[in-house]
Amino acid sequence: MNNSEYAITVKDLTKKFGDFTAVDRITFDVRKGEIFGFLGANGAGKTTAMRMLCGLSVPTSGNGRVAGFDIVRQAEMIKRRIGYMSQNFSLYQNLTAEENLRLFGTIYGLSDREIKTRSQRLFQDLDMESMRGKRVGDIPVGWKQKLAFVAATIHLPEIVFLDEPTGGVDPVTRRKFWELIYKATADGMTVFVTTHYLDEAEYCNRVSIMVDGRIEALDSPDNLKKRYDADTMDEVFRMVAKNAKRAE
Amino acid sequence: MAILNALIKKESLHIIRDPRTLLITLLMPLVLLLLFGFAISTEVRNIRICAVVDRHTDETRAILERFRNNEYFDFQGLVASTEQNRMLEEGLTDAILILRTATGNMESQIIVDASNTTMAQAATGYIESMVSGQSGNSPIISSTLYNPQLKSSYNFVPGIMGMIFILICAIMTSVSIVREKETGTLNLLIVSPIRAATIILGKLIPYFILSAVILAIVLMLAYGVLGMPYSPASIVNVVLFSLLYILLSLSIGLLISALVRTQLAALIVSAVAFMLPVVMLSGMIFPIDNLPIVLQWVSAVIPARWYIAAMRKIMVQEIGIGFLVGELTILASTTAVLLTLAIVKFKSAVR
Repeated sequence: MNNSEYAITVKDLTKKFGDFTAVDRITFDVRKGEIFGFLGANGAGKTTAMRMLCGLSVPTSGNGRVAGFDIVRQAEMIKRRIGYMSQNFSLYQNLTAEENLRLFGTIYGLSDREIKTRSQRLFQDLDMESMRGKRVGDIPVGWKQKLAFVAATIHLPEIVFLDEPTGGVDPVTRRKFWELIYKATADGMTVFVTTHYLDEAEYCNRVSIMVDGRIEALDSPDNLKKRYDADTMDEVFRMVAKNAKRAE
Repeated sequence: MAILNALIKKESLHIIRDPRTLLITLLMPLVLLLLFGFAISTEVRNIRICAVVDRHTDETRAILERFRNNEYFDFQGLVASTEQNRMLEEGLTDAILILRTATGNMESQIIVDASNTTMAQAATGYIESMVSGQSGNSPIISSTLYNPQLKSSYNFVPGIMGMIFILICAIMTSVSIVREKETGTLNLLIVSPIRAATIILGKLIPYFILSAVILAIVLMLAYGVLGMPYSPASIVNVVLFSLLYILLSLSIGLLISALVRTQLAALIVSAVAFMLPVVMLSGMIFPIDNLPIVLQWVSAVIPARWYIAAMRKIMVQEIGIGFLVGELTILASTTAVLLTLAIVKFKSAVR
């Protein structure tokens, strides 16, 4: 088990593709139960960094531990303890909401009974009873997004990675989605989230801002705003990222 | 095991809930078989023929009578020798038979419109045998083994089978995996603790079963409707070879899916890189011996060639598996190589 106070620790993590350094010696930790915002423009290296943490990509150098396990040597152990939700809330469109949950529950080794009781409770909590038997392809996008989050966390992972979870969703739905994230952290889950929307950065306990493969700023939103003498995270981001060389 | 079951169930639901694709998948073999088995045939019928005769004898009358009564010919009557070129040029007839008896011995000449080579070749052959057969002293006695009626379905059924499985297995498998790449669901599977081998099996098994169903349909049609020669031993061999070939085609699909990113690319690669060579170079339609020597070499690496050759031997000649060791070895080793390559590529692609 992971007894340290950190869910994720990363030191000098680097990923090169040929001559191109996608992620350049990043170092940070994420405390347990924290909502950690991972900001950066497109191409700044967010997704590459996240893939290394999920065990999908092997770092060129540096090291990291997720849920107490080494990201290079113990990737399989990490996979059991994390949840992952990607940009387009990918679920199987031709399966119903319930079938999707059952599939992902089974994949993460839950028993039929566990899946049944958990999905029953989740559908009730989310007020989604009416959506249960509908194919995901026919469900409105806001619900789909919640469902994707539920599917990613049905096995109660220690850490959930959210890759642009609110892309293309209206502000009201986004706010509701964040309520869901808060609820998950109240249960002790750690949330690692990348986002484009800088208003969402305000919801995070701490945020890091990546520019050209490096982490240029890392603190709580309030501290960052103070340091850069800015009113919003948007301004902070613009000041930190103004020297970015990589194109959007 | 529970995970594999869940994946297979998921894939099956996907197949069933996409009725349009399923219908096409099941109907296509049916249509192709019936089309090639009945409608498209290399037999030539209703050849229009005119005769030019300078002086009638009993011999020429007997020959013309044969043409009148033959169902393969549409005898248009006698024409003057000055007319013969015009008839051909204007496309009023397909062939002119010239019989000259003025010198005492009968001399014959055949002029054929070869703008359609298949028709011209067949017509020349028929006419020659009808003219010479008359004299009754032909030194060659020919007997046609295995397919005495020269039914073209005997030739096409194995070919169609060679094409159908490449089409269905390679395209359906690759497209279904690449679709998961596009929608991002493959990522969800990869970040989960599932082993890559389980993901692969979860794809291969449902499509293997679907292909087996298609095989059953094809065989029922081939034996029941198209009248392929039937014996229990040959059916066992047919099924054995076909299941091996299905596995091979699935491996190709898996390999394609590991190499491309979009469904469109998967479709194009499957269709262009695998379908066309199968149709052109596998001996399905054009005999391999007729190909230029370089293309004959190329055809040697096309698995369909060996499958179709084996199927012809089993289905038409009904020979035992002992005569097919060569084909079996080639298909089995190709399958092993392709499957290994596909798994390695797939694993590295999902890492």
